[in-house]
Amino acid sequence: MKAKVTITLKNGVLDPQGKAIEHALTALDFGGVDEVRQGKVIELDLAETDEAKAKTQVEAMCEKLLANTVIEDYSIELSA
Amino acid sequence: MKSAVILFPGTNRENDAIAALEQASGVKPQLVWHGETDLPKVDMIMVPGGFSYGDYLRCGAMGANSPIMREVAKAANAGVTVFGVCNGFQILTETGLLPGALMHNASLKFICKRTQLKVESNATNFTSAYETGQVITVPVAHNEGNYFADTDTLDRLEGEGRVAFRYCDEDGVVSDATCLNGSQRNIAGILNEKGNVLGMMPHPENAIDPLHGGVEGSPLFTSIVNSLS
Repeated sequence: MKAKVTITLKNGVLDPQGKAIEHALTALDFGGVDEVRQGKVIELDLAETDEAKAKTQVEAMCEKLLANTVIEDYSIELSA
Repeated sequence: MKSAVILFPGTNRENDAIAALEQASGVKPQLVWHGETDLPKVDMIMVPGGFSYGDYLRCGAMGANSPIMREVAKAANAGVTVFGVCNGFQILTETGLLPGALMHNASLKFICKRTQLKVESNATNFTSAYETGQVITVPVAHNEGNYFADTDTLDRLEGEGRVAFRYCDEDGVVSDATCLNGSQRNIAGILNEKGNVLGMMPHPENAIDPLHGGVEGSPLFTSIVNSLS
């Protein structure tokens, strides 16, 4: 199955890149953008076919390497 | 003092590390490739600066998971002196040997300049040749040196005397205005609980010769040698 991991900075952790994007959007006259948080997306193609096992596996990957949980949160979306 | 310098693909400050360690100890350090699974028997390990693995994923994340770092972590836990500079500091936080994380500089700019640091205490294995409160000038060169840790961790670091260096001005004033890169509480370098692991963003190994424009990094290496003799 496929896994899509979205990694963003935790709430409360200052995101200067998000801030810069927010300022740029405002400068481009896109009004009403209150906050921008930047992150990254990692797509994985897994041999595992069982959803629960795949989730456990990807969670372990996030904890060990993909995310730095001191500063980042992650979410996992699985699809067939 | 026998020492080793760890080399990753993308490391570029290893020769500076070697020069500083050799100057202080009189013994040339051994260079150890990141793919090795055996560390030579040494008293001290330095993880130098650079861009290990091209800073892919996060600075230091890939290096932290390379085979040799498992050995470095074992050695550190057994009491061997470990010193990480710049990318080496990032790698040590990613391995969990030091708490916190290094984020993008608040200015979003790569900062390459000479900066002032306040030596918080000379009662450490890395700072005994300085005076407590001494202001030293050393270079910095980084994009991700903005130290972050949660409030509890920061309080613990302060309470246990584990903040080694802070960014300050020439008079030793530590304030938001003298915070180079957005680091919390102006932190430039920290120690582990046992005091045998130091990580810092600035480059003392690039301030060891008058031709560098200053020699105020040398006492750090002298301190390490003294602590091990």
